[in-house]
Amino acid sequence: MSATLGLWGIPLAVLGGATRVSTPFLFVSLGECLTERSGRVNLGLEGTLVMGAMSGYGVSYLTGSAWLGVLGAGVIGWLLGALHGFICGKPRVNDIALGIAMMLLGVGLAFFLGKPLIQPTAPRLGAIPFGSFSDNLQLRAALDVNVLFVFGVALAPLLHFGLQNTRWGLVVRTVGESAEAARALGYDVNRVRLLATAAGGFLAGVGGSFLSLYYPGSWNEGLSSGQGLMAVALVIFARWSPKRCLYASLLFGGAGAIGPALQSVGITTGYYLWNAAPYVLTLAILVASSSATRASADMPAELGVAR
Amino acid sequence: MHALLGENGAGKSTLVKCLMGFYQPDAGELSVDGEVVSVRSPRDAQAHGIGMVYQHFTLVENMTVAENLLIARRELPAVIDWKHELAELRAFMQRMPFKIEPARPVRKLAAGEKQKLEILKQLYLGSRVVILDEPTSVLTPDEADEVLGLVRRMAERGELSVLVITHKFREVLAFADDVTILRRGQHIVTDRAKNLTPEKMAELMVGPEPPKQSSARAEREPGDLALELIGLSADDDLGLPVLEALTLEVRSGEIVGIAGVSGNGQEELVEVLAGQRTLRAGTVRVGRRPYTSTREEIRAQRVRLLPEAPLKNACVAGLPLSHNIALRDFDRPPFTVARWGIRFGALERRAEEAIRTFRIRTPGARAPIGQLSGGNVQRAVLARELAGEVALLIAANPCFGLDFGAVAEIRSRLMDARNAGTAVLLISADLEEIFALSDRILVMSEGKLVYETRADTADLLEIGRHMAGHA
Repeated sequence: MSATLGLWGIPLAVLGGATRVSTPFLFVSLGECLTERSGRVNLGLEGTLVMGAMSGYGVSYLTGSAWLGVLGAGVIGWLLGALHGFICGKPRVNDIALGIAMMLLGVGLAFFLGKPLIQPTAPRLGAIPFGSFSDNLQLRAALDVNVLFVFGVALAPLLHFGLQNTRWGLVVRTVGESAEAARALGYDVNRVRLLATAAGGFLAGVGGSFLSLYYPGSWNEGLSSGQGLMAVALVIFARWSPKRCLYASLLFGGAGAIGPALQSVGITTGYYLWNAAPYVLTLAILVASSSATRASADMPAELGVAR
Repeated sequence: MHALLGENGAGKSTLVKCLMGFYQPDAGELSVDGEVVSVRSPRDAQAHGIGMVYQHFTLVENMTVAENLLIARRELPAVIDWKHELAELRAFMQRMPFKIEPARPVRKLAAGEKQKLEILKQLYLGSRVVILDEPTSVLTPDEADEVLGLVRRMAERGELSVLVITHKFREVLAFADDVTILRRGQHIVTDRAKNLTPEKMAELMVGPEPPKQSSARAEREPGDLALELIGLSADDDLGLPVLEALTLEVRSGEIVGIAGVSGNGQEELVEVLAGQRTLRAGTVRVGRRPYTSTREEIRAQRVRLLPEAPLKNACVAGLPLSHNIALRDFDRPPFTVARWGIRFGALERRAEEAIRTFRIRTPGARAPIGQLSGGNVQRAVLARELAGEVALLIAANPCFGLDFGAVAEIRSRLMDARNAGTAVLLISADLEEIFALSDRILVMSEGKLVYETRADTADLLEIGRHMAGHA
């Protein structure tokens, strides 16, 4: 099969893999981007992602509809985000420490509740066959693009537009840049952050449902390998811009697809090393983009405020 | 235009916060246009046409002028048509006495422009009563006159009523119609400004107790070189140049004052000298030896520092007063036992002595320093920094936010130190303070030292022009 395309199969497989691997990154990072623009960090999104994967799979199995599963995952994510936002609104609560607790809670709860879901098979999400013009199976596989990815790609510019050109976008940014100014203008800072954190949780939940309903496409405890946490780092790399979150997700997704792509053409040397590419990339990017002496001008000013 | 005058703690802020709905009055009533109203939040105040320009700007630095104006509006469309809004804002600016391009980011505005934007914001919201809280504290004399002159003319035309909180008599006499003076939460007098003199106002503000006289300047020639800055450059937190090739000398027994509008690099200069910020280029020499602000050098070269916001920059708020006074020398004899132990009793006895000599008002030596008032924190830091022989003293806005009595006392101590042969580098945004204390005056603007003059022949207007950066 690989003989038909030869080494051209590698970039093609990386491309196809990128659309699959990047989708959870995309949803979680867009959600975190929104939350952080309101001046709050939600490190618990890894837990939200795994909970979303579990509940999405469960709802899909029980109702027979994968799309209801996606919705269910989003609602669970929304609830977890709202819980985080609500507790962070209390005086002297540190959002980083609470985020870690929420992450452990989400992962643990998902494993506990998801035990009976490991065996059964639930309906999965479909793909759009962009490659149907071709007879080449490899090309068709690479161009089978899942619907959630398309939604995510559309969501990035939409979120960008929303932050720049709508009333709620302006309010979210004001709250994230200066809680003081927002209060003087009569806005309820905690409420805005609660809603932004809940909305971010919704997106992370949807990202989780992708893991169990499309790729890899089943529920088990090894489903997430830290994508939720890496997506939070990715927001920093994307300098809090939804559009750059999209590019960064594609880059990370592409890096994550290198290992499987090489394997598909028969190169197995250093398979596990290649699988570590996204993590190496995370480290390299954070080192390259950070500085000991200067703060980033794009960082929402309220994020630097210790509470 | 009505001026509200009073010392720190006289109740000016509390009064206007009641007007704005931040606090609810226990008794009494507020009427707007002869109608009694209740104001429960800043939004209510806005609905009644009352707006306030705060001393600390409430602008969002990372957003544009237009975004800052729009966000303040009560009703915003769900989706904003920026083209339309920008055109409307430009049309609005045409009708206003001062204009700021709506597409500019607030971060890039000078302090005077930010002040104007705050006032524009109130006009944009349709406020008819505008409260200005110490509006000129961050402006050059020229900018202050311009801004106050503009609102004054609007008041004369009947477009606006202005309540201005200030402690600058010059501004009261030049711009206000009426004056109200508060003292310790009580209404002392309301009168036409033209019926009052600065002496009379000072007396009414402070009460019967006469203000203390400052120490006199002793005649003396400047001594040996104490501080040399050679080609000093540094970057700000975002990595942009903030200090550029500063070169200056301070000799023992002289006070060199650095004047300038705050935000022109003064804070960063103090941070460099305090060892809180790294240099990009240049050298610092103290007593003709290199100086990099290590603990050993601070001790050996006898450098002392009174930074701005002392509770934050020079104290550990949660530690007792006695420990804070000992931060410089708790690890040296006579306060140590067997090298690693500390004699806490000795620290406390020394603190008791400092409390007496510097008249620090505190519940005791063991009280956390964060519980003390601003003036008493500054006294405690002075007690620590002026202990023993001091070769070089760096003081940044040492009297900021303090009342008359404390100001006179702290200025006296700086002058006494100078008379005793200490070299003093005074960095202050208060020109009156610079003139009262300095032997030589330098002006800092946009990170550069742009002007130097002897204090006794200095011209206020000339200095003001250099502060504004157009001379």
